[in-house]
Parts: sequence; structure tokens; C-alpha cells
Amino acid sequence: MPEGTICNKRPVATREDLDALLADSNGKKYYAEMEQLDVDAEKLWATIQKTMKSRTKTWLDICAHCGLCADSCFLYSVNGRDPKQVPSYKIQSTLGEIVKKKGNVTNEFMRMCMDTAWSKCTCCNRCGSFCPYGIDMGVMFGYLRGLLHSQGFVPWELKIGSGMHRLFRAQMDVTVEEFVDTCEWMVDEALEEWPCLEIPIDKEDADIVYMINAREAKHYPEDIVEAAILFHVAGENWTMPSEGWEMTSLSMFAGDWEACKMQVETVYGAMERLRPKRMVATECGHAYRATVIEGPYWVGRPDGQPPVECLHYVEWVAEALETGKLVIDPTKKIKEPVTLQDSCNYVRNAGLRDCGRIIMKHIAEDFREMAPNKEHNYCCGGGGGFNGIGRYRKQRNVALKMKREQILDTGAKFVIAPCHNCWDAIRDLEEEFEIGIRWSFLKPILIKMLVVPEHLLPQE
Amino acid sequence: MYEILTGPLLWIAFAVFFVGLTTRVVLYFMGLDWRLDRVAYKPHMNYGIKGAFRSVYRWLLPFGTYSWRAKPIFTIMFFAFHIGLVIVPLFLEGHAVMIRNGLGIDWPAIPQVLADVLAIAAFLAGLGIALRRLLLPEVRILTDIKDVMLLVLILTLLGSGIIATYHTANYSFWITLHVLCGVIVLLTAPFTKLSHIALFFCTRIQIGMDFGIKRGGMKSNFDW
Repeated sequence: MPEGTICNKRPVATREDLDALLADSNGKKYYAEMEQLDVDAEKLWATIQKTMKSRTKTWLDICAHCGLCADSCFLYSVNGRDPKQVPSYKIQSTLGEIVKKKGNVTNEFMRMCMDTAWSKCTCCNRCGSFCPYGIDMGVMFGYLRGLLHSQGFVPWELKIGSGMHRLFRAQMDVTVEEFVDTCEWMVDEALEEWPCLEIPIDKEDADIVYMINAREAKHYPEDIVEAAILFHVAGENWTMPSEGWEMTSLSMFAGDWEACKMQVETVYGAMERLRPKRMVATECGHAYRATVIEGPYWVGRPDGQPPVECLHYVEWVAEALETGKLVIDPTKKIKEPVTLQDSCNYVRNAGLRDCGRIIMKHIAEDFREMAPNKEHNYCCGGGGGFNGIGRYRKQRNVALKMKREQILDTGAKFVIAPCHNCWDAIRDLEEEFEIGIRWSFLKPILIKMLVVPEHLLPQE
Repeated sequence: MYEILTGPLLWIAFAVFFVGLTTRVVLYFMGLDWRLDRVAYKPHMNYGIKGAFRSVYRWLLPFGTYSWRAKPIFTIMFFAFHIGLVIVPLFLEGHAVMIRNGLGIDWPAIPQVLADVLAIAAFLAGLGIALRRLLLPEVRILTDIKDVMLLVLILTLLGSGIIATYHTANYSFWITLHVLCGVIVLLTAPFTKLSHIALFFCTRIQIGMDFGIKRGGMKSNFDW
């Protein structure tokens, strides 16, 4: 059974495994090895028999082939209405075939499945709301990703990302010390402007535990300090855990369910250790989906709920604005036309569509809705791991066209994107198509608009 | 032929239909698994029921969902087709007589004119759906021989029934063909895509519970 040295069925277990993957350039060796990788048909079929029960089986069986899902899929629309991009076709020709053939499929077929699962579906789940039967092909593609991952057919970057979670309990190699240091020096730098600002680490029984995306700790530490400023101004009793602060899950994108469980256990561990009343999650869609919506099931919590009540950042901001904890200076509201990107992961898939509207009411004078919007909004074009996979960069850039058109149609040149993936995709679409837009998370614009209580200002 | 078809065979067909579909429904719900589906069905049954009800109700309503509104022509064809196929077989005077005689129960019927209109509308809508399947590339790519055979069967069932009501010269041919198609529908329903007669409700209930319990139903109702 040929297994590559870096492309194989074994998940990353050691630093050496990870370094070997990272030493590859753009996954060249990895994908070359993948062409030789054997398919363990027996194991594949055994897994399917064990994990594919009535819901998924019925979805595959019952599809009426009506094609109503076609126009629901932005990838179908932006690819010239290519019939091979119809969601039903995509899942039937991959997962459907594997099931029909009882797992007896070739290496080439598995590579086709990988390309389909990661470059023709962002798991945005929009098709599920367009199908009369409620067949959710995004959920099925998630399942297919799991099967492919178990056989070693997973994009290079996601094997690395998943490995990071396994080794560091974060999508990037940030240690506890590095994280705490980052928080400390970020606060030090901000003290002049914000006296008494702090990022309380590991404070027990706080009202809020704040959790983030590792990118913030590694690449955008100003985001953490912005969150600190907003909690500070709002007068919140809050904390961050030194361990278990990372909510993202590249392993969810990779279909590495074991790593998903390992990651989220760390996060829940922090909640249980610090006993906060609530958790507030940073402006990230998939992190919220992973930790709050899917996570409880990965670790087997029978009530399907995380250990404490969890809020996405937009929920906390909406609440803080409505209750007056945060007050916006009316003269500083956004005057130009501005639009809002609804993230699939916390709007369509978590019911938070109203929070964004409440926030916009407070901060914008000319809010322009995208069309469609709320739970029917299109994916930013880079969700589900699409943004981060070099092999599919060309396809991802085509995928951005739908969001480009939606934004242009609003007439707004400013886009608020309270989601890391959406934020990245919109940044990339500006780079790719140069339509002259700006984009932002909520935190930096909120800080500019706040009415800051006298006692929190620096003493002259 | 007609006697055999409307005699014991018909009752066997009904038995297969009801027992078969009931079995599929029971197996469906028994096969739901909170861990695999990642939906905590039982602890949040109230949210689940609410989500399930909304999910079924909105989709049974013509233009009741975003998806139906996005495709108005298909939606009209879809509802004309399905309303005819549900109402006419159950409440056509000619069928009601058979039920009254066979089961000895009082069974209501709709006026013949209404039945005619519904049946013809369903037939035309069925033709439209078949044409759509043939013409639209995004539907054609999904279409297999079973889909075509199913449409042919249903259109033959409807067409022969409509012709038979007019008692033309070939009445016995058309009525026999009509009953034959009906028997085939009943016999095959539990084992083919016709099982959606029952499974439509199952899958809609499941996805409704998914959104009602897990994917936001505790915060806001999904606006299908």
C-alpha cells in the first residue's frame, strides 16, 4: 500500500511531520505523492456503512434531479452556468459514486473528488435552503471531506492547518507564552491613549471570556487590543484564557474530525476552568460555527450546547449598542453608503441575521443591503477553506465575482465584513478586480465613533 | 384484465403502498442519529417541532419560500402537477365510488368539472416539467433513465385517466391503461423516488429540526 512520506493517511502527529510538510514548496511534492496514494476501499466502505445513516442516505436517494439547486450556487453562476457546477451533480458524481461503488474507486477518482469538495463547494449551505426536500449538499460535502481526509486526499495547506491544531491547539504555532506576551506588549503600547487598559488573563468567574482567531495573535494583534478597548469602554468584566483562546478550526475545513474534537476540547476546557458567565467570540464566522454550533457535537455533548452561553461579536456589539454600554457619537456615524457582508457561518447557519442590522442602524447613515442578503446571502467566495488553498487560487478568484457584483450593485464603496474569511475574500477581490472599495472589521470603526466616558480618557 | 387490476391486485397494491411507505418513514426516523447528524433532537424537541412545522408549512405553500419565488414558472408547474396528483386520485367521483363500494365508508368527492380542470392542469404541468428536464442543461445533466420513466408513467396515468372520463370508443383500453399505471405507481412507490410522497415530509422535518435546534432556531426563525 504505497503511502507518501508527506502525503499519506496518517494525520500530523509530531513537529517533524509538520516540518516535513512545511518544507515542501506549494505542495509540489505532496501532490506528486498523492498520485501514487492507494485507496483503502475496505476501510472507506466500512466508514460509510458506519457513518452514513438515514439522513445522508435519503438525501442521496431521494434527490428528484429537479435542478432547483443550480441557481442557488454562486459557483454555478460565476462559472458560466456550467452544468457540472450544479450542486446535485457535484455531490452525486462524487459521494454518490463512492457509495454506489461501495468504496471501490480509483486514486484518480479520489483526486477528482478532492478537487470537487474543496474547489467547487465552500460548504456555505445555501443550496440546502433552495431544495424542496431540504437536501443540504454543503453538509454532504463536509461529510465527503471527512471521508477524503481519512484516505489522505486533502489539500496540502489543510493537512498543515489541521496538523497545527493537533500540535498547538491553534491554526498557527502560537504558544501560551507567546500569546500572553503579545497581549501584554499590545496593552503597553496602547496605555498612553487608553490609561488603565488591560487584558485580564485567566481571570475566574468573569462576566465574559473573550476568544479569538489565532491570526489575530500572530498577525493582527491590534485586533486584540481593539477588542480590549471596546470591552474597557463598555465597562465589561472580562478575561481571556492563556490557553484555549483559539476558536478557529482549519480541521473543520479539512474534514479532520479528530483534530476538531481536540481543538474544541481545549476551548471548552478554558470555559470550564474560568467559569465565565458568557463567551464572546471575535469577528470570525467559521470559528463561531466550529466552537458554538458544531463543536458541542464533536465532543459529544448531548444537549448540543457549549459549556457556557456563547455570543458572536456582532451579538455582543448589538447588545452593547442597544443597552447603551457603547454609545456612538452621532456626528461620527458613517456618512458614505456602506454595505454589510453576512457571513454564511453565523447568519445562514446560526440565525444571527438581525444583529448586523441593529449595528448598522447605530453606526451608518446610509446602509445599503446587498441583494440577496441575510440567510440568503451568497458566500464571500472564499469560505470553507477556499481562500487558503494555493492549488485552487484560480478557481477562488473566479468565485469572487459574485460578491464583486453584489457589492457594486449596492453603490457602496465601503464594506463591513465581521468575519475573517469574508474580510480576506473582499480584500482579495479588491486586489484582483480593483473596483475601488474599502473593507473593515467592526472593531476599528467602532472605536473611531465611540463616545468615551471622561474618566477613561488620558489626563492632560 | 380490468377485473384483475381492480380486484385483488389493486388491494395488494394498496397494501404494498401503505405498508411500504410506512416502513420507510419508520426506518427513516429510526435511522436519525444525533451524533452523526449533529442535531440534538431530543433535548430541544420544542424548538425542533417548531422548526419542522415551519419547514414543512412554508414549502407546501405556493410561493411560500425564497426558492419558490425565485422560480415562478417552475413553481406554478410544480404545484399544478402535485395538487392535481394528490386531489384528483383521492376525490374524483369515479374513485370515490370505488372506495365507497370497496370499503363501505362514506367518501367525499369533488365536482367533475373541478376534477377535470385539476387533472388537465396537472397533465400540462407535467408536460412542462418534462420539457424543462429536456431543455435546461442544468436539469438535463442530472436526468437519468429512471427520471424519464417516472415522468412517462405519471403522464400516462394522467393522460389515460383524462381520456377515459370522456368514454370514447376505446374506453376499455384507456381505463385499463389508467388502472395499470395506477397499480404500478402504488406498487413501486415505496421502492423508487415516488417514495417522496412520504419521505418529503421526513426530510423536511429533519432539516427543519436541524435549523430549529442547531442552526439558529433558538435565536431567530429561518426565513425559508
